[in-house]
Amino acid sequence: MLPPPIAIRVATEWLSARARWQPLEIVFWLGAFAAIYLLPESHLILTEIAWLGLFALSLDLILGYAGIISLGHAAFFGLGAYTAALLAKHEIINEPVMALLVSGLVAMALGFVTSFLVLRGSDLTRLMVTLGVALLLRELANRLGWLTGGADGLQGVTIKPVLGMFRFDMFGHTGYAYCLTVLFILFLIARRLVNSPFGLSLMSVKGNPLRSSAIGISVDARLIAIYTVAAGYAGIAGALLAQTTSFASLEVFSFDRSADLLLVLIIGGAGYLYGGLIGAIIFKFMQDYLSVLTPQYWPFWIGLVLVVIVLVGRERITSWTTPVRRIASHLNWRALAHRIAASSSERH
Amino acid sequence: MTVALETINLVKRFSGIIASNNVSLQIAKGARHALIGPNGAGKTTLINLLTGVQRPTSGRILLDGEDISARSTHERVRLGIVRTFQINQLFNDLTPLETIGLAVSERRGQGLDWWRIVGSRPDLVTEVVEILERFHLTDVIDKRTAVLPYGKQRLLEIAVAIACRPRVLLLDEPAAGVPEDERHEILAAVAALPSDVTVLLIEHDMDIVFSFADRISVLVNGALFVEGSPEEVARDPRVKAVYLGEELADA
Repeated sequence: MLPPPIAIRVATEWLSARARWQPLEIVFWLGAFAAIYLLPESHLILTEIAWLGLFALSLDLILGYAGIISLGHAAFFGLGAYTAALLAKHEIINEPVMALLVSGLVAMALGFVTSFLVLRGSDLTRLMVTLGVALLLRELANRLGWLTGGADGLQGVTIKPVLGMFRFDMFGHTGYAYCLTVLFILFLIARRLVNSPFGLSLMSVKGNPLRSSAIGISVDARLIAIYTVAAGYAGIAGALLAQTTSFASLEVFSFDRSADLLLVLIIGGAGYLYGGLIGAIIFKFMQDYLSVLTPQYWPFWIGLVLVVIVLVGRERITSWTTPVRRIASHLNWRALAHRIAASSSERH
Repeated sequence: MTVALETINLVKRFSGIIASNNVSLQIAKGARHALIGPNGAGKTTLINLLTGVQRPTSGRILLDGEDISARSTHERVRLGIVRTFQINQLFNDLTPLETIGLAVSERRGQGLDWWRIVGSRPDLVTEVVEILERFHLTDVIDKRTAVLPYGKQRLLEIAVAIACRPRVLLLDEPAAGVPEDERHEILAAVAALPSDVTVLLIEHDMDIVFSFADRISVLVNGALFVEGSPEEVARDPRVKAVYLGEELADA
């Protein structure tokens, strides 16, 4: 006996519900692209937000969707940054977009190799292992001074125009448009990925690895896959930093960078892709605003925010924004149109 | 008799304790085979060995004559050994629809599709809805699993396993903890399992065992103690002694 077509239609609609575009999402991206024309004097900070947002998106893929916590995500960011800077400095690949892709692939390779270290163990083990990998890479970059410039950083990098057409400028105009476009494309891919059967299987692995393997999922293979992809994203974020600043230094590998990243994602909330982007906006503007008020003490305020989030979110600090998002997801067009139609018919 | 699942001299030792002691078990194709035994008899260990969660110290496991002892858990599921859990192991944040959808897409080998949106294969959705209807889950299709009534969760537990199209299904106390008024629904679902699926039932409740099984194996202290038809096992004085002994010890 086959189920009636109506049941199948409803089921199809519910299954694809997560993938449907919400009005707020469209507003978000329209706003981001409108800023290219509307906020030219903020392009420098917006550029930073764009690559930080991409970096946090990368962490969200592993933490929010697969449950892998990391305190060393800067390893991939830093490797991407140095790769892009070296490619440009030695004129191996002059075109920035090509260099960006290569940087992403190099970071993916490192992600693949190190993914085997995060397959087993508790959160604490993962924190320590990822932290260790980032420290190792930082020290490696320090030692290989002939290649990386050591503690002075890699200087004398000149970035050629994007696609041979758009020259980078000191106001960040090209930089923002470039970073935002890259962010948007990679976001679309990530959005597709998390709403696919593969994305669903990641959530299942995060939720219950025992049952996941009991329905035939190779838990390890899925974790390796997403860790590798996320490493590529982080590498591209690092490459964007290097390309927009024409510089790479040891700081790209720093522990602070990995820790701040976790903070950014927690501020925005993990597991719905926008958390990293929203977190990046809040973090950067807060940093900007507070460091003007109290140049030395701005981390105090960041710390305070973190404590408040932990108190509000309790056990679920990575998804403390869930109630807000639930309200937002109810704001859909059809319901809105319904309400408007209802109120106008009341008036008549 | 065609044998679906067979163990040959299966032994599992945990630092000094023998949890499985030379178990040689044959389960016929299409059988309704029950595995019973007092607490600590090694039933759970046997399930873990069969599904690959634990590796045997020695001995072999054959599925349709093929040695699967070295296969990992997820490979065995692909080959057709699927289990349910005594304590629910479900995806709390997913809906029954997504849970079954996941199991079906994994079984079809489409679990790595990352460019396709969930729910974009009509034939898959049809199968998912069909399974949900069969297990009376249509009314909770879009609820988070965590908020479902316990009875519904138990049904989902079996439905997920069926979605994997098992050749051999290991049912670990399917009605455990289910309130009396929801119990018949679970038992009806178990009774209605496709007859070509071989079922190994691990159960404490003797009413369920004797109404369901056509063959019973009794496990005591990790070893196979008695095996036979329900009538033979019911009559066997040694089985009575074991269970009576347990009751006396409990008292």
